[in-house]
Amino acid sequence: MTLMPNDTRRGFLGLVGAGLAIAARPAWALDTGEARALIEKSLAEVYAVINSGQPPAQMYRAFEAIFARYADVEIIARSALGPAARQAGGAEFAAYRQAFQGYIGRKYGKRFREFIDSKIEVTGAKPVKSFFAVTSVAYLKGRSPMEVEWHVSDKSGKSRYFNIIIEGVNMLASERAEIGAMLARRKGDLAALTADLQQAG
Amino acid sequence: MSAWNFSLLLVATVTLVACSDRDGDGIQDPYEPMNRKVHAFNRGLDAHVVKPLGTGLSGGEGGEGGGIGSHAVAGLGNFGANLAQPGRVVNHLLQGRPGPAARSTLRFLVNTTVGMAGFLDPAASDFALPEEDTDFGQTLARWGVGEGPYLELPLIGPSTGRDAVGRVVDLAIDPMRGWLNRDQYLIGMGARLASKAGERGRFGDSVDSILHESADSYAQTRLIWLQHRRHELGEEGEHIDPYAE
Repeated sequence: MTLMPNDTRRGFLGLVGAGLAIAARPAWALDTGEARALIEKSLAEVYAVINSGQPPAQMYRAFEAIFARYADVEIIARSALGPAARQAGGAEFAAYRQAFQGYIGRKYGKRFREFIDSKIEVTGAKPVKSFFAVTSVAYLKGRSPMEVEWHVSDKSGKSRYFNIIIEGVNMLASERAEIGAMLARRKGDLAALTADLQQAG
Repeated sequence: MSAWNFSLLLVATVTLVACSDRDGDGIQDPYEPMNRKVHAFNRGLDAHVVKPLGTGLSGGEGGEGGGIGSHAVAGLGNFGANLAQPGRVVNHLLQGRPGPAARSTLRFLVNTTVGMAGFLDPAASDFALPEEDTDFGQTLARWGVGEGPYLELPLIGPSTGRDAVGRVVDLAIDPMRGWLNRDQYLIGMGARLASKAGERGRFGDSVDSILHESADSYAQTRLIWLQHRRHELGEEGEHIDPYAE
């Protein structure tokens, strides 16, 4: 038989149609399951580093790489810098962003000892405004369980988290205050702030 | 405290807070210059007194090794926290929450008896009665009183107009004051203070990072404390959406 049976052809066309429909829809369209999976995967990687027992300096670089892979560093760095980000040149901002990423890896990485023998359980995910909130509970040694919330968005073109909220304390807000204070200390000089960030954390 | 003094204090709170109702997520800090001076004092106190004491009490950086040991600090902390329980029951009732009030009463009875005057915490470990913290600041919040201006108090640390009044009222309405003599009461307060210093050792990394490593430790402390307190009271502001800015 040289002709395809009708139903098969229809099936084939249907498949092409479905393929087009998928292509027309953004490929990264995020749902609660995906947001949740993103956080679970990044947590697994963080714990793998904590349990690896490598020297701290090496750990901080590994944390930085995980942060760069799973977080929307671009928007976090931009938001932390505030209005100054709009005036910054492309290369100047890129250098700041790179320094910011290293600073975050060191600053939060330094706290890894508190997470030895701990666990963080992802408990749920729900849409909030235009993004998703993934909820989790951190069980740290000698402390009451802590609520940790992750905000995940696909606005950058990829599913990435852009904020972590621990018992109401907001990382993005905290870094806005910190970077703002560091920039004020340098009287608004972004290159000087970038140099400071390379040492900070 | 007489009923008259008490109502006077309440009127004072409402007046204090009403003139500075907070808008949205904003921080009200009209006393910033004074607050910053107090902050510098508190920070020095932490570096020279509380931190060395806390590290010694909790047994060093990791909470293990030398020091008096984390077990003794935990016991002392339990003892102090148990004495705070009746005051919490009063506040739970004032907030119209009979459930937590009943559980906190039971918790106090179990820990005072089976828990050897509160040094142990069998209520949490064996009776599923964990601590349900509250205070008069929360009661005021529940009654609809606004947060008021941000305050940094000497020795005590971050607070708000509402919480500062709450602290004073908590001392006044604490039933323990009627049940214990003055010396016993002071010993209880001492235990609570010591357990706070022990906590400083346990949460050392967090405190160091905020108080001694940030570019503007006053602004960081203010922000983090307010966010955490608002979260406790269910008064959090809007989520940040950096993509919408």
